Amino acid sequence: MHTADRPAPAAVPTQHGQPDTTEAQAEFDARIAAEGRIEPRDWMPEAYRKTLIRQIGQHAHSEIIGMQPEGNWITRAPSLKRKSILMAKVQDEAGHGLYLYSAAETLGIDRDTMTEQLIEGTARYSSIFNYPTPTWADMGAIGWLVDGAAICNQVPLCRASYGPYARAMVRICKEESFHQRQGFEILYELSHGTEAQKAMAQDAVDRWWWPSLMMFGPPDADSPNSAQSMAWKIKRFSNDELRQRFVDMTVPQSEVLGLTLPDPDLKWNEDRGHYDFGEIDWTEFKEVLKGRGPCNHLRIANRKAAHDNGAWVREAASAYAAKQSRRTADAYQEAS
Amino acid sequence: MTNPTTASGTENTTTGTPAGSTPTGGWPLWEVFIRSNRGLSHVHAGSLHAADARMALANARDLYTRRSEGVSLWVVPSEQITASEPDSKDSYFEPAADKVYRHPTFYTRAEGVPHL
Repeated sequence: MHTADRPAPAAVPTQHGQPDTTEAQAEFDARIAAEGRIEPRDWMPEAYRKTLIRQIGQHAHSEIIGMQPEGNWITRAPSLKRKSILMAKVQDEAGHGLYLYSAAETLGIDRDTMTEQLIEGTARYSSIFNYPTPTWADMGAIGWLVDGAAICNQVPLCRASYGPYARAMVRICKEESFHQRQGFEILYELSHGTEAQKAMAQDAVDRWWWPSLMMFGPPDADSPNSAQSMAWKIKRFSNDELRQRFVDMTVPQSEVLGLTLPDPDLKWNEDRGHYDFGEIDWTEFKEVLKGRGPCNHLRIANRKAAHDNGAWVREAASAYAAKQSRRTADAYQEAS
Repeated sequence: MTNPTTASGTENTTTGTPAGSTPTGGWPLWEVFIRSNRGLSHVHAGSLHAADARMALANARDLYTRRSEGVSLWVVPSEQITASEPDSKDSYFEPAADKVYRHPTFYTRAEGVPHL
């Protein structure tokens, strides 16, 4: 890895004058075509930089907001074991958010700006985290379905053309598989428990199935930026391809759980070699994205409160650091 | 060498705001290096924000070594790293390419001679 993961100044005059954009673009294109990686100080088209800042930022915000639906159950986890696991998982989500913020910062946006965009509602995060988690079984459904869908999306991102993003994704994917397996286990225990427990597991799956399918984004025909992202090799597969992959993986798992997926049209299609599934309610997806989901307001209000309530800690730590460095400087002066 | 530039956040192209003095009092940026095992070098893992070195180290431990990924950590203020220019046609590293005699494969007389 490079030690200098900071962007180069917009246009550094070199010995040879201003860099030639056409030549730089050709080099960039050749590197992408050859499956090379773009690193922070390389020249890159502004649109590539902006797309990445938006995508990595949204991804980071999703991890950070994603702590809330599960954080909701930490105090009420059914056993000490489940509580420890849930805390480790929520801590991982925070970590994932920070890896991604760190990757986004290599593109020239700073952390404070991203935090501001999130709490002021100008940056998006995954629509999935605007759904409530009323029962313990939701912890299982989130791990199994939401993290399962996230893994489908994220594994190909480990080969994204932007180096710092791809490296962050490698780290994240290694940690995500624990998340999905622990979710599956929660649902398995419930679905093999009492009737009431099984009903609770089924109810959670009924509520999370469709929103999980929406996580892959709008259908290809309605996803105008996808083609460019794929040409840049940020995205490797289309939304619909990834969604199909997720459905194909998940149906057999649901059979092991003994739970039904709430879609009467879900059935194996011998000709296609894939499962067919029903129409997704894109109106709901758009409503949630526009901020009219069940928990949008709550999620942002919580994030803003955490940020505001932490202000004095940030200020105190800065003041302490400034005082310590002054003292060190004074001591140095006295000694010399 | 063409203008060496630091790896610092002061080169921020979006806001032009130097690290450590962002409007909301953001903490400076640190680069994290991890030695994954004894016998191996420290390798760059990523970056984080912290008010001072001690906090940077604690944050690095919490962020980058939650699954025993390391036995030793370094944290370095990002602005203290001096970096070479990104590679280009008139590469800074070019002198190495025209000195092929620095590689053992340049010498062919030894071909087939044992232990050489």
